[in-house]
Amino acid sequence: MTFSLSRRTALMGTGALLATPAFAQRAPIRLGGLATLEGPFATGGQDGFRCVQMELERINNTVGGRRIEFIRESSNAQADVALARARKLIEQDNVDIILGPLSGAEGIALRDYSRTLTGKTIVNGSSGAADTTLRNPSTNFFRFNTDGTQWMAGLGNHVFRTMGIRDVAIVAGDYAFPYAQVFGFNIEFCRAGGRTTHYWAPLGTTDFGSQIAQINRSDVGALVVVHGGTDGLAFMTQYAQAGGNKPLIAGSIMADQSMLSARGPHRRVMVGMISSGPIADVIDDQSWRDYVERYRRRWLNEGGFQSPSIHGVNYATNLAGILTALAAVDGDLSGNQAAFQRALAAARFKAPTGADVRLDHNRQAISDIFINRVEERDGRAQVVAFSRANGINQTLNTPEAAFLALGSPSRDNPGCVPAAT
Amino acid sequence: MHSRVLLWSALGLALLLVMPWLLLQALPQNQAQFWTANILGRGIVFGIIAMSLTFLATYGGFISLAQMMVAGVAGYTLAIFVDGAVPRIAGGLGYGLAIPLAILAATVMGLIVGAIAVRTRDIYLLMITLALAMGIFRFIETNIAWFNGYEGIRNVVGPDVFGFDFRNAYVFYYIALGTAGALYFGVLYLVRTPFGLVLQGIRDNPRRVAALGYAVGPHRIAAFGVAGFIAGCGGVLATIYNIGISPGSIGLGATVNVLIMSVIGGLGHPIGAFVGSLVFTFFDTFSASIYDRERFNTLIGVVFLVIVLLSPDGLLGAGARLRKMLGGRDAP
Amino acid sequence: MDLAATIALNGLTLAALYFIVASGFSLIFGLMRVVNMAHGSLYLVAAYVGYAVFEPLYDRDLWYAWYAGLAAGIVCAAISGALMQRLLLGWMQGQELRQALVTIGVSIIVADQLLAFYGGNPRQFFAPDAIFGATQLPGLGGYPTFRLVQIGIAVAVGVGLWLLLNRTRLGMMIRAGVDDRDMLGACGVNVPLVGVAVFALGAALAGLGGVIGATAQPLAQGVDGRFLLVSLVVVIVGGMGSVPGTAVGAILIGLAEQIGQAIFPTYSVVLSFVIMVAVLATRPQGILGRA
Repeated sequence: MTFSLSRRTALMGTGALLATPAFAQRAPIRLGGLATLEGPFATGGQDGFRCVQMELERINNTVGGRRIEFIRESSNAQADVALARARKLIEQDNVDIILGPLSGAEGIALRDYSRTLTGKTIVNGSSGAADTTLRNPSTNFFRFNTDGTQWMAGLGNHVFRTMGIRDVAIVAGDYAFPYAQVFGFNIEFCRAGGRTTHYWAPLGTTDFGSQIAQINRSDVGALVVVHGGTDGLAFMTQYAQAGGNKPLIAGSIMADQSMLSARGPHRRVMVGMISSGPIADVIDDQSWRDYVERYRRRWLNEGGFQSPSIHGVNYATNLAGILTALAAVDGDLSGNQAAFQRALAAARFKAPTGADVRLDHNRQAISDIFINRVEERDGRAQVVAFSRANGINQTLNTPEAAFLALGSPSRDNPGCVPAAT
Repeated sequence: MHSRVLLWSALGLALLLVMPWLLLQALPQNQAQFWTANILGRGIVFGIIAMSLTFLATYGGFISLAQMMVAGVAGYTLAIFVDGAVPRIAGGLGYGLAIPLAILAATVMGLIVGAIAVRTRDIYLLMITLALAMGIFRFIETNIAWFNGYEGIRNVVGPDVFGFDFRNAYVFYYIALGTAGALYFGVLYLVRTPFGLVLQGIRDNPRRVAALGYAVGPHRIAAFGVAGFIAGCGGVLATIYNIGISPGSIGLGATVNVLIMSVIGGLGHPIGAFVGSLVFTFFDTFSASIYDRERFNTLIGVVFLVIVLLSPDGLLGAGARLRKMLGGRDAP
Repeated sequence: MDLAATIALNGLTLAALYFIVASGFSLIFGLMRVVNMAHGSLYLVAAYVGYAVFEPLYDRDLWYAWYAGLAAGIVCAAISGALMQRLLLGWMQGQELRQALVTIGVSIIVADQLLAFYGGNPRQFFAPDAIFGATQLPGLGGYPTFRLVQIGIAVAVGVGLWLLLNRTRLGMMIRAGVDDRDMLGACGVNVPLVGVAVFALGAALAGLGGVIGATAQPLAQGVDGRFLLVSLVVVIVGGMGSVPGTAVGAILIGLAEQIGQAIFPTYSVVLSFVIMVAVLATRPQGILGRA
């Protein structure tokens, strides 16, 4: 063993000197990536890894003078599988940091697991359940992407005030992520005075015929679709086939390239649809245009989308958080990563979309939300951002105590509080 | 024959007892711990669930695909009633009460499955138990009030056992191993009692046993109850190991996985369940290095298919044939 | 009132799809005593292969794109089914459990390879213009035409199967085989060949269901498990191995799902399993099954 000091350890004084022999400084940082590559959510996980790989290639796998070794693992969107893979990454592969997972239940499972770890950090991939960071947060679990409720910020007000719509039908999946999104929408829409009717359907519903029949017979002013993935495609297709013609509002994973790039009758009715979320295909921001351009050059011929998906951007944003903090501490993970975790908590940077990102006291992102419209551009349907709400925090910029008092979003608690306050 | 099985089983158990120590000699500390808890420990826990299937297959002649669901009933009962689980559904019980309650619930669920399936056999039973399991799975996945739907119930951290923290890898390992050992030898004992002998008689010739005056139906249902008890023990351990439970733990994939473990090991003897689950866990963990992480299912599917095609009695059967070929005296 | 009628019609059109898929499962089970756990995989294979044929043709605006996809899907499923019987299942005839396990192995591998090959993106067929869009029904207003077509196809499949089983030589052999395989063989019939034919036919029905289903609902990973379970439940309820029983089962399950969705959406998925348990408790062989 050669005993030579790197500049950084020499500057850091005796504590660090004792804790980290110099060779550890030059050893690679081991970053474990966990995304869903099996089962119905595989598309999002693949895109997440695409964006991570692209960024690591760009920085030549080096940050703060240390190489990054990226170790991939995949799950199938099930909490226990994600947990098994995370354990393997931490204990067998000996990674320092985990980047992941993708879906809500997995996020909560890993948040709980992170509590049992010392000297390791888990940074979320793309999971968006509010409670992962809002209730019972864990000190070494960080999330630089906004959650499902935040993504709806501004949409309810837009529908009520700008579009002048007074009552809506909401169709949504009957599980936590849609609850969070419906909650976010209703908080604004109901507070403004709007009325909502909810049509819940269990995850995995493929025939929405009877709900659509009910909706088409009602006289609501607009339809809010908070389904995603296969359920979303099924709903929109059948809505189109049944001749549905109400104005459409959508949750954040509905207006996404994974939906718009799929062929089918749904695309016709989706043009003009209003949605909100952390990304859009077209954002008037140079750094985003550059990012999309790079993504297309790198991935269009290797199975990528026309522009990065929401999961891809979430993974990229969380990776950016890690890299920002690693750069701030010069790749120093000593002292049970204490300095690194402080740097994470203090990190401020721009997401690929150009949105400013910083963390709150629960280590949850405060960032910008875009309000979007689906438009035909360059011969294909694209999600175009036309408005932007800056610095949305996890309680939608309402007092935290009041927000927490509303309780967890659920089917029986969809966030419809009238304007009485 | 029987004493030799006991001897080998005792040897296997002794080996598993010292494995954590051996691993510590061979591997760095964190990897030894990983192997202990997350390969051997996890393998043993799922081996218990697989053994409930193997028990029914070996001694009753039924292949029930409901066993993972039955284990899940125990897991959910535990998560619903134990203090500290998130979200709190009922709560109010410590682990000392919640765990027996969970195992009782699984036993009852086993009896119910048995009662529904009692008039069917063979492939009918396979189909019906699968459909039943998926029905319960869908119910749990869509029920928010009791099961918290798709997200499941988290933060079931497990008890302190005589001052030892369950989350400690070695504590967990030895509790799992002790449970598995007790259940395994319990099964070997049970099948030599009158109940076990009648059960095997029913498997071979139900009409003759009925003619001897035994009630065939209740014996079959009772066998499902025993299997439910075994699966329940596995379900409790699996839920604590996973720090909670969600519907994915009992879905189609999980159900088929338990079947794969049992078949790979061999349905001819309860020990096959553990052989199969350890092989499965190993592949599951290291498929990334062996073949391709993303194609784990192809890998395990091929292993499964090859076993079913070439050695329907699993690795156990293959081992026995190999011994025979090599001139061993002691083919069973 | 017209809402109730629409929901009932939705139930029947869904039942039609279920019948098409489950009839193949029931047919194979009826003659071969094979529980084909890869039935959903055949559905998925047909739909993906059909889509691969359909897409480029559709891009060139050819009117026959959908029909070509349909044909490709059916043929591909039929060949897969025949190969499965010929290579894997035929030589273990009579070992019913082992055959079921083999098909489980096949379904695991097929699902994973399809994911590797086609990725996780959902896909959907465009039906041809003639059967796309809405039809005006008296008292109901616009109703999706394709759903009505589904009923037509299901009726055609039902009648076709009835004619095949009751009016042709092959059908005679099949029915004889159900009753006594050995005697059929002793009569000089090439029983293994009949087996391959039946398997191909059952798989072709899964394939037909695959393309029809992927036009009505999105095609994605995991659909195989869903349609396998639908087939299982329909066949258990209706009666194992009976084509009319399959029809009855499909209608019950289809109606239950749609009515359940309208009245208590959250638990609609469970309703079909409740029906199944109720049938099992009272008539274990299924409503029209032979004891």
